[in-house]
Amino acid sequence: MITSAIIPRPLARLPWRLIFLVTGIGGFGLLVLYSAAGGSMQPWAMKQGMIFFFFLCVAIGMSWMSESTIKSLTFPVYAVTLVMLIAVELLGFVGKGAQRWLDLGPIRLQPSEFMKPAIVLTLARFYELVPAGEIRRWRAIWPALALLGVPAALIILQPDLGTCIMVVLCGATVMFLAGLPWWLFAAPVAAIAVAAPVAYQFLHPYQRRRIDTFLDPESDPLGSGYHIAQSKIAIGSGGIWGKGFLRGSQSHLDYLPEGHTDFVFSSMAEEWGLVGGIALILAFGAVIRWGMKVSRNARTRFSQLAAAGLSATIFYYVSINLLMVMGLAPVVGVPLPLVSFGGSAVMTVMLCLGLLMALERQQRSTADLA
Amino acid sequence: MKHVRLTNVHQSITFSRRMMLLGAAEAAVGALMIGRLGWLAVAQNEKYQLLSESNRVQLIPVPPRRGWIIDRNGKPIAINRASFRVDIIPQQLTDAKTVIPKVAELLKLDADDVERIEDDLKTTRGFRPVPVADNVPYEHYAAITVRLPELPGVAASRGFTRYYPAGAAVGQLVGYVGTANSTEYEAEGKNPLLLVPGVKIGKEGLEKTLEQTLRGQPGGQRVEVTARGKIVKELDPKPDRSGGTVQLAIDAELQEFAARRMGEESGSCVILDCLTGDILALVSMPAYDPNSFSDGVGRTEWKTLSEDPRKPLLNKVLNALYPPGSTIKPMGALALLEHGIDPKAHVFCGGGYQLGNRFFRCLGRHGSINMHRAIAKSCNTYFYAMSNRIGYDKVAPMARRLGLGEKFDLPVVSQNYGTVPDSEWKRRKFEQNRRIVERPDWTNSDTLNAAIGQGFLIVNPLQLAVMSARIASGRDLQPLLLGVHKTSPKLIGLDPKHIETVHHAMWEVVNGDGTAGASRLPFPDIQMSGKTGTAQVRRIGASASRGQGGEWKYRDHGLFVFFAPSDKPRYAGAVVIEHGMGGARAAAPVAKDVLTFLFDRAKAMQSLAALEQQWGGTLAERTARRAAAIKAAAAAAT
Repeated sequence: MITSAIIPRPLARLPWRLIFLVTGIGGFGLLVLYSAAGGSMQPWAMKQGMIFFFFLCVAIGMSWMSESTIKSLTFPVYAVTLVMLIAVELLGFVGKGAQRWLDLGPIRLQPSEFMKPAIVLTLARFYELVPAGEIRRWRAIWPALALLGVPAALIILQPDLGTCIMVVLCGATVMFLAGLPWWLFAAPVAAIAVAAPVAYQFLHPYQRRRIDTFLDPESDPLGSGYHIAQSKIAIGSGGIWGKGFLRGSQSHLDYLPEGHTDFVFSSMAEEWGLVGGIALILAFGAVIRWGMKVSRNARTRFSQLAAAGLSATIFYYVSINLLMVMGLAPVVGVPLPLVSFGGSAVMTVMLCLGLLMALERQQRSTADLA
Repeated sequence: MKHVRLTNVHQSITFSRRMMLLGAAEAAVGALMIGRLGWLAVAQNEKYQLLSESNRVQLIPVPPRRGWIIDRNGKPIAINRASFRVDIIPQQLTDAKTVIPKVAELLKLDADDVERIEDDLKTTRGFRPVPVADNVPYEHYAAITVRLPELPGVAASRGFTRYYPAGAAVGQLVGYVGTANSTEYEAEGKNPLLLVPGVKIGKEGLEKTLEQTLRGQPGGQRVEVTARGKIVKELDPKPDRSGGTVQLAIDAELQEFAARRMGEESGSCVILDCLTGDILALVSMPAYDPNSFSDGVGRTEWKTLSEDPRKPLLNKVLNALYPPGSTIKPMGALALLEHGIDPKAHVFCGGGYQLGNRFFRCLGRHGSINMHRAIAKSCNTYFYAMSNRIGYDKVAPMARRLGLGEKFDLPVVSQNYGTVPDSEWKRRKFEQNRRIVERPDWTNSDTLNAAIGQGFLIVNPLQLAVMSARIASGRDLQPLLLGVHKTSPKLIGLDPKHIETVHHAMWEVVNGDGTAGASRLPFPDIQMSGKTGTAQVRRIGASASRGQGGEWKYRDHGLFVFFAPSDKPRYAGAVVIEHGMGGARAAAPVAKDVLTFLFDRAKAMQSLAALEQQWGGTLAERTARRAAAIKAAAAAAT
């Protein structure tokens, strides 16, 4: 918030610290994409800059939405997203293959991306409606499980394990914060630990291979383990200060696969080293902390839960990707938001940020009113 | 739980508590990520930097030039000739569909080659070139070079091919080179040099056994390459080092002369310097042409050669075993002398020797005969009687002392060293396999057979040459193939009087009233001593002609061991002519001409020219004619 007489009030009231932070992350991402293309704006940096700018504007625009508007849109948006997920499933069935998006003329819509903020808002709205005394009752649990379970099942059928895990984690976080009993979270963890070997049998062969190589990346260094092995080489060879801008051999000589999308962090760490990596992690940490603060300061139960869930979404996005490229999690195909090339992750995170900004503005206006 | 009424206050407390927990968990994950980043980038930085460098920089091996093989006088035996080659670099091949047929047309490649190139292109990775054609004639090379701009991905370059000036004359001696196969590649721990087009390794003979000396150190062009094998920039190259030159004890001219003198016969000829042990000639004929083998052996060519009854793929000096026949009689005589037999003692030869109810034949009726005459006339009866008197267990040690049954320390791929039998050997053999040997104990008839170089006794031609060299010089010499030697080994410890007796008898064989009287050297002052031998391929009596006619493969082998000059031995050797029907008839004339060559090259060449006219051309001409016939047969087969 900048208080100055020169700047018009609507602009001054924007959360500038967050916007600077996000623009900083995005700008850094553009530098990495510029380098990954061999020192060229084409084909990635220019396009990504436009996408980023567009969705930043969308997020800022969303910040003027009132909490009641958000609430009223929550269930319709959830329903539409669910329908789109089913449509994708049907298209995929017809087209005989994995289908994750709907082709709508100039843009391709990936409904599973919308589902991440949508599930957070929906569950937040649901738990707002549940009276405090009912929270530990069965009827406060099963509708939430259904609201979360149906889209999660549709997404894993696509098959998109990464997005499914994220949607489930986002939903579970809101449910956890809503005060559902402990055993509800402890039991699935225990169940997964027991059932994992069984579930493994039902996974898609390519997913199974990813888990195998995560557990033992050196088992197949030229096959499926190649991604993780090369990513670790890129990060490890960067050292403390990195190889220098435009001087990363792993990304420039194409040893690092997907160096501009899922493995963009490795491209970055190769050239900017440990310092760049820590800076980026701390910047994301600051964004998430800002979101958590919005949640803590929230007056309504909906904004409390929604703000916490939305910042958790950003956290899961970032951490799943980073753990994956550093070889601490299996390769599940989750990009690094705001940095990786591609529109969907930027869109999702900007939607989350826009909603967070709207909720934050609400707090200030109520505070002003009070 | 049911008793507690949950209120909004409770809910808010739960929320803050759980928010704290979530925040803590998130911070923990953040710390874990930073820790992991530090571990990778700082603690393991060195390891990953190495891996990153080995990704970035690749070495394109530049093959070293193969070392020469030269003879004792510095004359080349195996050298490298500049040649032209054409390769395809898959990375730059943008339009395989038009380029490959065009190249095939320009180089006149056949369908097989095109298929092979297309297969190679499918399996190769990145910057590794696929060989199209090796040893391309200059006109074809020129045709490719002028069209290079319209043939993206094709590279024409100069290289080297192995060249053996003497051709088939050195085939069995030096072997040949060829492209490494997958087994050889694996055996060398996947040495990348072996995959470089144009790199050939020794496949047979000296080329194989001297491989490490001849190969040299590969150099390389260090390049920065992308994961897909595209070269981004060239870094400083690593120079290569040519392979070392190897000098052989062989006299290349003598080797070639001996090979040519063998004519159309199948057999071998070994000449040693009997003062030092240097192998001056080691000839096995007929032989393949290593030049044509080094370009790659065609299936038809291989089949023709391997089905040839004269066995051009076998090194008969080292890997063929023969009963030595009478050539071992001088050795037998030395054994008799050492065991106290008086050389003047007479034996009566009435055409054979009666042992129990078996009659062992002699080839003549020599009447009363002493050692000297027995060697000169090759009387079996004398050696039957005398060997039986001392027993073969006393003859066998002498055979071994003179090199029979010995495996020599030579850089060769393999040696078959045969058998010098005795009672101990026979018992062992019987215990191992009761079917091969009918009786475990040594019998008198075993002695009689072995005494005339038949029966269990089998040797290779090199051993015969060493035997005659040791008898000639009285020195314990070893056959030497590498380098030129000046020093003589120590004496073998035979009584000089005994040696003189045997020398005298061997002189008589050629220069007196002996079996090889027709093969005297054409010099007034230089004489040859020797001993003929005839080895039965079939048992005497099995055929009416006694191995002296009939089908080629049942005829007797002709053998001859010799040394010259008789008064001051310098050269010694052995000649074996397979199915030559007799030592005096087939082997001694070859020995005579080869020795003549050593003393007067012009004279020997004259007599060879006359012979080669009879045979239908020189060895090179006949080899070329045969190669053309094989090529025609191969073309007809496809």
